[in-house]
Amino acid sequence: MKIAVCVSHVPDTAAKISVGSDGKSIDPSGVTYVLNPYDEFAIEEALKIKDAQGGEVVAISVGTDANKETLRKALAMGADSAVLLKEDKDRDSIGIAKALAEEIKAQDAKLVFFGKQSVDFDNSITGQVTAELLDYNCVTVVVDLQINGEKVTAEREIEGGREIVETSLPLVITAQKGLNEPRYASLKGIMQAKKKTIEEKTPSPYENMIELVAMKRPPAKQPGKILGEDSSAVPELVRLLREEAKVI
Amino acid sequence: MQKFVGVDYYNIEDLLSEEEILVRDSVRKFIDDNVIPVIEKHYQDGTFPMDLIPKLGELGVFGMTLPQKYGCAEMNNVAYGLAMQELERGDSGVRSFASVQSALVMYPIFTFGSDDQKEKWLPQLAAGQKIGCFGLTEPDYGSNPGGMVTKAVKTEGGYILNGAKMWITNGTLADIAVVWAKLDGVVKGFLVEKGTEGFSAPEMKGKHSLRASVTSELILQDVFIPEENLLPKSDGLKSALMCLNQARYGIAWGVTGSMMACYDSALNYAKSRVQFSKPIAAYQLTQDKLVYILTEITKAQLLNYRLAVLKDQKKVKHTHISMAKRNNCEKALEIARIAREILGANGILDEYPVMRHSANLESVKTYEGTHEMHTLILGEDITGFASFDS
Repeated sequence: MKIAVCVSHVPDTAAKISVGSDGKSIDPSGVTYVLNPYDEFAIEEALKIKDAQGGEVVAISVGTDANKETLRKALAMGADSAVLLKEDKDRDSIGIAKALAEEIKAQDAKLVFFGKQSVDFDNSITGQVTAELLDYNCVTVVVDLQINGEKVTAEREIEGGREIVETSLPLVITAQKGLNEPRYASLKGIMQAKKKTIEEKTPSPYENMIELVAMKRPPAKQPGKILGEDSSAVPELVRLLREEAKVI
Repeated sequence: MQKFVGVDYYNIEDLLSEEEILVRDSVRKFIDDNVIPVIEKHYQDGTFPMDLIPKLGELGVFGMTLPQKYGCAEMNNVAYGLAMQELERGDSGVRSFASVQSALVMYPIFTFGSDDQKEKWLPQLAAGQKIGCFGLTEPDYGSNPGGMVTKAVKTEGGYILNGAKMWITNGTLADIAVVWAKLDGVVKGFLVEKGTEGFSAPEMKGKHSLRASVTSELILQDVFIPEENLLPKSDGLKSALMCLNQARYGIAWGVTGSMMACYDSALNYAKSRVQFSKPIAAYQLTQDKLVYILTEITKAQLLNYRLAVLKDQKKVKHTHISMAKRNNCEKALEIARIAREILGANGILDEYPVMRHSANLESVKTYEGTHEMHTLILGEDITGFASFDS
């Protein structure tokens, strides 16, 4: 079975982000880019299935040459092959999903993993749209997965609890933290990855349906207020929470 | 605690290849996940985190420059250095473990060993299934190892070893000890296996430094070593010194990791610690300290990188390695002390890594050739006059 893992190349969560001079992009200077953290769970799950049941794992990413770094990491973790769908301009989520769906179809992968979201734009949509375009089943925010032949049982995180669903292949899974413990790229894995080539393809052209107009930093946090140091301050606190903050 | 993002003021990352960056990042994450959360407790308890050994083997840091046919990664010296840097950012004891296993046990077996010895030991040492140690220093012979009194005498089918070694990292844990002894006046390497009659390795207690590392004595009393455990290509003290060169190279990079941990801690602390009306980072005296630290880190990084390239090109001289070991250890210790000052009283707590690094670096500055010996090695090289009897 061929398993596809769709990976995205995102700013390190520890990086300090500032808005570029055009007012609608990230200033890349001093920002390191990494494999999207949720995609690590996706890769690990694909590798675990491959280790247990056999198969082949292909990592796919949409973007510029810079994404090769992230694909290389997927190869170092143990993916068998990698495809870069080359696109120099920023695509919206639908555009990324279209490129991915096209490639997944070409690869004939019946099981597809995504991270539940990319930590750059946080749209949490690419996996679902890709499933729709491929007419695959889709389970999102998955924390446990069992695959027996065609039958799949997945546990997903929902507000305040867990939901267990049954489905079947072909299938798209989006991975949540807790699904597994992603392995480290071992030094031997890194050396083996060096020998693997990253295939470059050009996806069908696409016109964005969404235009990014502006990027802004969130408003600066207002300083807190100290109303008192003992219980005598409680009535005033309650009044302000009710009347000023309007949260109770 | 904030995630460590590295120190790279001069964009040295631009000099690194994709796989070198992957190695650094993979070891960095391993240390963040597996060492940082437990190291302070191990340090306080005086224990080595034993569960790390197979995990480090799986990661592939042991003997990482040796050939793939022995289960090693066969990487270059830049990647090796970066791995040591990240390990020591965790703790000097953890890096020492890996240095000994790689540079002082696997390297001599690979370089001076027979094919049988290599095939038997290297894959197990690489995987962390077996642990090694290196016995050169003796109670009375530290900077002057050529004076060693440990002796081997030829006997039927092998050798009889007598003597004692001291300050042996991993000694008590080791399945295999590379012991250096004089055979007819010539220093040779022997593989001494754990459990051999007459051989014991008691742990040395009472350390104020490298507490998360096992340091031992090796005692050899009429120990019979079979012929096949002689390292056949070892020939004289220079063979042992070749091993030390490998280890010193790793130390030059390693202590740079300690510097980074101290800088990171001091910078974050200085930015958040408010005294009088502003963060202490806003005071000129603190800025002077931080700038000094960052400049010394950057210099050490450049020294290391160039040293790695020379080593990969096989142009490196042992004196080049001495310069980096000497400089970086001295600066690392100085930086740890300055960082401790920036943190004030908080600096002595195990909530921050600086005091642990500072105490560790006291050892690292004097082991694998004291600061003074490296000065004299370089002094001899540039003047042509040896100030000590070699």
